[in-house]
Amino acid sequence: MVSDLGKSYPGVTAVDGIDLDIGHGEVFALLGPNGAGKTTTVEILEGFRHRDRGTVAVLGHDPARASRAWRARIGIVLQLASAGPELTVREMVRHFAAFYPRPRPPDEVIELVGLTAKAGSQISKLSGGQARRLDVALGIVGRPELLFLDEPTTGFDPEARRQFWELIAELRQDGVTIVLTTHYLDEAEALADRIAVIAAGRIVAEGEPGSLGGRATAAARVSWEPEAGRRTVATATPTQLVAELSREFGGEIPGLTVTRPTLEDIYLELISEAGHAAEH
Amino acid sequence: MPQSTEAAPPAHALPVAGQAAAEASAAAVALPARWRLAVGCGGVEVKSFFRDKMAVAFIFGLPSILLVLLGSIFGGQAAARGVTVGQLFTAGMIAGGIMSTSFQYLAIGVATERESGMLKRLSGTPMPPAAYFAGKIVQVLVCTVSETVLLMAVGMLFYHLHLPTSLGRWWTFAWVFVLGTAACSLLGIAVSSVPRSAASATPVVTLPFLVLQFISGVYVPPNNVPGWMRDIASFFPLKWMAQGMRSAFLPNQAAALEPARSWEHGRTALVLAIWIAGGLVLCAKTFRWQSRR
Repeated sequence: MVSDLGKSYPGVTAVDGIDLDIGHGEVFALLGPNGAGKTTTVEILEGFRHRDRGTVAVLGHDPARASRAWRARIGIVLQLASAGPELTVREMVRHFAAFYPRPRPPDEVIELVGLTAKAGSQISKLSGGQARRLDVALGIVGRPELLFLDEPTTGFDPEARRQFWELIAELRQDGVTIVLTTHYLDEAEALADRIAVIAAGRIVAEGEPGSLGGRATAAARVSWEPEAGRRTVATATPTQLVAELSREFGGEIPGLTVTRPTLEDIYLELISEAGHAAEH
Repeated sequence: MPQSTEAAPPAHALPVAGQAAAEASAAAVALPARWRLAVGCGGVEVKSFFRDKMAVAFIFGLPSILLVLLGSIFGGQAAARGVTVGQLFTAGMIAGGIMSTSFQYLAIGVATERESGMLKRLSGTPMPPAAYFAGKIVQVLVCTVSETVLLMAVGMLFYHLHLPTSLGRWWTFAWVFVLGTAACSLLGIAVSSVPRSAASATPVVTLPFLVLQFISGVYVPPNNVPGWMRDIASFFPLKWMAQGMRSAFLPNQAAALEPARSWEHGRTALVLAIWIAGGLVLCAKTFRWQSRR
């Protein structure tokens, strides 16, 4: 889908040789700190920005030469910085539905994002969370094969996030390919089939959430509390260590915990490594 | 490759893929017709405008109120034989009204849509750009015609404004209206790229427009405007639109009140045509669907 993608701005290389291959029906998450090149990458895929080098094919077409037919097959969820035109939710969704060859029925989309009670309200009267749901409705009303979500749940309360995750799961069951960027590691873990971590314009790790950055095989931390304070040991063979400790203590080990690194641990490690590499 | 029934893949895998491909190719041929989208965009623009109470009050209220104020304060005195100051103001204010519904409203409206991300969002859909501009044209025409009718009504009610009395004068009114609206609309879309934020759009657009109305003989009768100001105004469309409107509504002897002592129709058409051509080039070169930030 993407190979050796590059984009520079005066004095800054935003994207420096990215390769990605996202399969049909996959939920793919791009993680990375602010300024890592996530948004630039996604905007190139969406046809909003032009690349300096590399080749890109999205649904078999170069997004730099976006046609109406290609646009009809992708959906983009964007945030409006402020209220849009003086329309109601239903009017706005209908307005956008008319652009597509085979849209979802507007009322069905409104129901799907949970805005039925607000369908007759002016857009300017929506709360922040409701406005974001409208953003999603406008992104999916055209029945896209591929959906882009740029930090979709920023500003959501926990309940709204859960509902949003369920919506993504439904879309995924319908066979929609989803590319999302996010700051939230739990979101990536809950939604994504695969994750790529971008730092300083490069992909520093890519894989399934459970095995990203060697997470599955990373050293486990075994921690226990003998008489004189807590002890923690990182080991590749935690079972063996626990068995030895068990013999030593003659059964129960006081205060035992065995932990694998969380996605967050792995992520922070990847980001800091990339930061050091970029400095040298 | 022919597909044998024995080697058929698991129940749903391939049919789904085939169906997706079929639907995709159907999508390629069945895009909605452009004219229907243009009509839809026009409807949304008009609806959205008339629901914006502030914009309606500002765009329609301000010129009417100013006309009544100026006409009442300075009116009554005959500016020339058979010509009242109220008539002069009405004709000028119609030109100002046209520029307000085309230039001012478009420049602020498009800047706001760009900065709020609405334009970017539209450009991410299969909407053809032409449909967006067609929608704006519909909205500008509806508002400009309404504004003109309103100001003519105010002028007839208070200041003895007479509708054009001959076909020739209606023709003058028509071409000044069309060329003026086109020139000001294009200029408005071009200027919409100047403000750096939605909040600054109104002052950035309104201030120069206000100045232009003073020096172009809209708020002040043209022969009271100092020569150097008139010279600056003559580079912009508004002075010529106001002059053209006076030529359509006022009796011929009123031409004596013009600084040039004539209606200068040829020059008016030329200046407006140059602004239309220049505005088109400027719009094509500067129009962006995304904010620079």
